[in-house]
Amino acid sequence: MDVKDIIKPENRVYAKTPVLTSTTMHYCPGCSHGTVHKLIAEVIEEMGIQEQTIGISPVGCAVFAYNYIDIDWQQAAHGRAPALATATKRLHPEKYVFTYQGDGDLASIGTAEIMHACNRGENIVVIFINNAIYGMTGGQMAPTTLIGMKTATSPYGRDPKLHGQPLKITNLIAQLEGTCYVTRQSVHNAASARKTKRAIRKAFENSALGKGTSFVEVVSTCNSGWKLSPVKANEWMVENMFPEYPMGDLKDR
Amino acid sequence: MKEEIIIAGFGGQGVLSMGKILAYSGIIQGQEVTWMPSYGPEMRGGTANVTVILSDKKISSPILSRFDVAIILNQQSLDKFESAVKPGGLLIYDPNGITKLPQRKDITICSIAAVDIAAEIGNSKGYNMVVLGSYLKLRPVVTMENVIKGLKKSIPERHHSLIPMNEKAIAAGMDRLVMHNIL
Amino acid sequence: MAEQILMKGNEAIAHAAIRCGCDGYFGYPITPQSEIMETLMDEQPWETTGMVVLQAESETSSINMLYGGASCGKKVMTSSSSPGLSLMCEGLSYLAGAELPCLVVNVVRGGPGLGTIQPGQGDYFQACKGGGHGDYRMVVLAPASAQEMYDFVDLGFELAFKYRNPSMILADGVVGQMMEKVELRPMKSRWTNEEIVKNMPWATTGKTPARKQNVITSLALDAAVHERLNHTLIEKYKRMEDEDVRFESIQCEDAEHVIVAYGCMSRICESTIEMARKEGIKLGLLRPITLFPFPTKEIDRMVPQLKSMMSVELSTGQMLEDVKLAVNGRIPVNFYGRLGGIVPSPEEVFEAFKKSINN
Repeated sequence: MDVKDIIKPENRVYAKTPVLTSTTMHYCPGCSHGTVHKLIAEVIEEMGIQEQTIGISPVGCAVFAYNYIDIDWQQAAHGRAPALATATKRLHPEKYVFTYQGDGDLASIGTAEIMHACNRGENIVVIFINNAIYGMTGGQMAPTTLIGMKTATSPYGRDPKLHGQPLKITNLIAQLEGTCYVTRQSVHNAASARKTKRAIRKAFENSALGKGTSFVEVVSTCNSGWKLSPVKANEWMVENMFPEYPMGDLKDR
Repeated sequence: MKEEIIIAGFGGQGVLSMGKILAYSGIIQGQEVTWMPSYGPEMRGGTANVTVILSDKKISSPILSRFDVAIILNQQSLDKFESAVKPGGLLIYDPNGITKLPQRKDITICSIAAVDIAAEIGNSKGYNMVVLGSYLKLRPVVTMENVIKGLKKSIPERHHSLIPMNEKAIAAGMDRLVMHNIL
Repeated sequence: MAEQILMKGNEAIAHAAIRCGCDGYFGYPITPQSEIMETLMDEQPWETTGMVVLQAESETSSINMLYGGASCGKKVMTSSSSPGLSLMCEGLSYLAGAELPCLVVNVVRGGPGLGTIQPGQGDYFQACKGGGHGDYRMVVLAPASAQEMYDFVDLGFELAFKYRNPSMILADGVVGQMMEKVELRPMKSRWTNEEIVKNMPWATTGKTPARKQNVITSLALDAAVHERLNHTLIEKYKRMEDEDVRFESIQCEDAEHVIVAYGCMSRICESTIEMARKEGIKLGLLRPITLFPFPTKEIDRMVPQLKSMMSVELSTGQMLEDVKLAVNGRIPVNFYGRLGGIVPSPEEVFEAFKKSINN
């Protein structure tokens, strides 16, 4: 039997959603971004909202998210995605608007923007990728970097006396009246990816219902930044990141 | 016609609103106008002043160092602006709180006891209208009819019931003016 | 004749925004321009035209809200004063880089730093030479009256959309706080979403099967692509210089000396001109209405008939540099400036002028 005989519609067990472009991703093998992109694209396809969705990409590794998810995109200045999303949603209330931000973007330089957008209860979706490091600039310390974790700017490990404690920004966000759904998920195995997809779908549905801001943190790996193999990175994340950033819903109303 | 006026006193005396009513009356009368306030923290409890210009022609500078008329409502303002009145000009002041009287001989000087008059007529908030009345008596740059229209434009509609009281205050100011130095 | 209303320059900006079909205003309070947002909040245009008005958490946020709104092809604006504009410079650079139209109003106060809340013109460089990083320019309009504050809102938007570039109204505390009569122009309706899709095919209005995705970005990591982008921008700025220089000249026809002044200072210098003419001095006034593009050609044309020029500003001499570039050493270019929020009277300017020509 030739390979051509196998490639037939009736034999197909998996297909890439058409909302995902065919562009090869620039992300490192093992990176969580690709998985999260796929989940978002699938939710957009399943909800049939490709024409109504506007994404806001951050500064960081995900700056090029627009190359992979086939919707209209705005690329924001570092940390400012929630401000762009605020105006976009208010000027286009019928649209689905989401930001896609990393920990440096959301929890460091963009702290004011995310706090106030969530506090105003903007009807937007926030996807927050927390891998405890600055990936794009070459592995520097992030606000969410764990104590003792070595990075390019904390070469002897994060010292709380020098750098403070890891910022659990999602816990702060959950305190804000404007948020309706705040959850922490991961994509390190099939089961967790499925749960994350459900969370993303719920977040988009909330936005249509006008319930307020939905915030989905995805605790992620950066195996390049962490200097680990993809498999080891997943293990390290479960062992070290999960105790600090426990899985589950912080708020759902 | 071109009239350059400075109105100066404490914040809260209605200096800015008096200027605004005058300027609005000017617009209704078909004049060009500018209203330029001092602004900022000094507005809150400190001194306040506003330059109002009424003119038949386009107004160039809204900021002046010399004035045709100075309407002065406290000592600090008198100290600052007496010398800024052009020779032959007019200075009106409220004697309340004035310890050092104006000295110029080359300008018309008159006073209006507006605090007392406003209290007498039972309209202490109409203080600035009493002052406005005294000015209009000497310089009828705008008609009374247009002043009333200007009042209507510058105060919110919910306060329009107060217009007759303000009219009385203006009339009282016209009547009770005291001349000190007449050129 | 349309009704004439007595209002502050700042209030005029707010009324103009509502009446010219602006879709959204995003701002943060700062003296001396807070009346703009206050007036908008008081007017509640979301109940009438559907215009969005939002108090942002910072100027950084408001300029980025403009980026979001402008990406959607909407007419969006903000206003602030000097320190706030410094915070917005990052956003302005991104807006220019992403070729987004929007309107930014700066009611300038004295700097540097927290400076003074009194009027200033020290943000000329920031407005005209960039402010944010990278090679970009904006059309900078300098109103000198409450009516111009009103009219330049519509004009600012028109030029912003003509060039897909931010426009700025560079006002000052005097023009913002002064009340004059303002004629309200006929109401324009906001663009419909259909009109935006048709006229702004680049906007993020939602990807339909009929077109490719729209991406608004200022990022171009490919060197050749990025150089091309910069050349596109330069072409645009050249076009501004060819097509949209605006100025007013007053008594310049027979002038031997010309004062160059903009905004509130042009009003004051107009009175100075009147004084000079009474004394038989042939003094004229050139008022740049667009500070970028600057009326360089007009100055160049005037120079052969002139003995001197003088730049009068509420700064240490910023526009002065553009005047000197235009004059190119042919005649003396003098300067008079006041700082600290001190606005000189026409007499003071006249004294300074006389001193300058006698030296």
